[in-house]
Amino acid sequence: MRSEVLYIIIGMTLVTYFTRFGALALFRFTGVPIWLNRWLKYVPVAILTSLIIPLLLLPKGYLDISLHNHYLIAGIVAAFVAYKSRNIIVTLGLGMSVMFILKLL
Amino acid sequence: MLLSNLLSGKNELAEEVWVALRECTPVVLGVVPFGITCGIMGLTAKMSGIETILMSVFVFAGASQFIGITMLGAGITGWGILMFTTLLVNLRHLIMGSSLAPYMVRLPFPLQAFLAFFLTDEAYALTISRIHKTGYSVPYQLTVSIVLYLVWVLSTVTGVVLGGYISDPLTWGLDFAMPATFLVLLIPLLADRISLIVFGIAAVVSVFAALYLPGKWYIIIACLIASLIGGLLEGDSEHAQ
Repeated sequence: MRSEVLYIIIGMTLVTYFTRFGALALFRFTGVPIWLNRWLKYVPVAILTSLIIPLLLLPKGYLDISLHNHYLIAGIVAAFVAYKSRNIIVTLGLGMSVMFILKLL
Repeated sequence: MLLSNLLSGKNELAEEVWVALRECTPVVLGVVPFGITCGIMGLTAKMSGIETILMSVFVFAGASQFIGITMLGAGITGWGILMFTTLLVNLRHLIMGSSLAPYMVRLPFPLQAFLAFFLTDEAYALTISRIHKTGYSVPYQLTVSIVLYLVWVLSTVTGVVLGGYISDPLTWGLDFAMPATFLVLLIPLLADRISLIVFGIAAVVSVFAALYLPGKWYIIIACLIASLIGGLLEGDSEHAQ
């Protein structure tokens, strides 16, 4: 184990932990202010959307809206199945199947 | 009486853990290929197996680890630059932490500090969707957190052990498991007009930001703008009433 790499691992651990615990530590005594609470209400929708949509539209780092983009096709299928079934297993099963079939074609 | 209360309490706890295990399984399956890839990447970046595994054990942040390993492999070993990059990549967790804060600030301090270590995208997504369904639950968050952690570490170990034998598992399309499970968590949240507007704004901004900004900035920018507009619209409709 090189000490240089060890220091980097320790540093990354502390920085990552700061980002995960910082907000909690800050609001521990004061509670979350009302204006912030209103803002935070839509964070789940906003963050899930910004995690998912670029993964589907730019799987290789550039915008790809075509039938060659397997992630987009499988994503549309998965979104429809998710809407109808609300079931993770069914959605994942069908989405991954579409993905595999497209790879084989 | 006391005993039966205790027993029913135990049953509820077991029930809660069971629901958490069932719901996190698909997400966990989506994490495995990333963990294996992380192990393989460590070796290709000339890190030792122990170094790669310890990074997963202590840092436990997929995106930061990928970027950190890539930089180390490219000969970038400056401590400051690696810390700065890690901070930028993980800034989104500050937003997730704030979003969970209204529920978590009531918990005992050591428990908050413990749960915070495990606050990944996946743990956040599962916990917040559980809050929307039936309310906040500590056993749920705890179970999901620990399972995701163990699987991340074990799949990194698998990647290190298999190392030279297998090619990059992300080229098999297994990474699709993650957006697919997030979709199931997202769609029930799109139940009102403001949520749909927030979805539209986040989608457009994140795509443009992903095109023109480096790293994970697109998540932070899109999330801040879309959720802020959502909050302002919410404020307006409250005033109108």
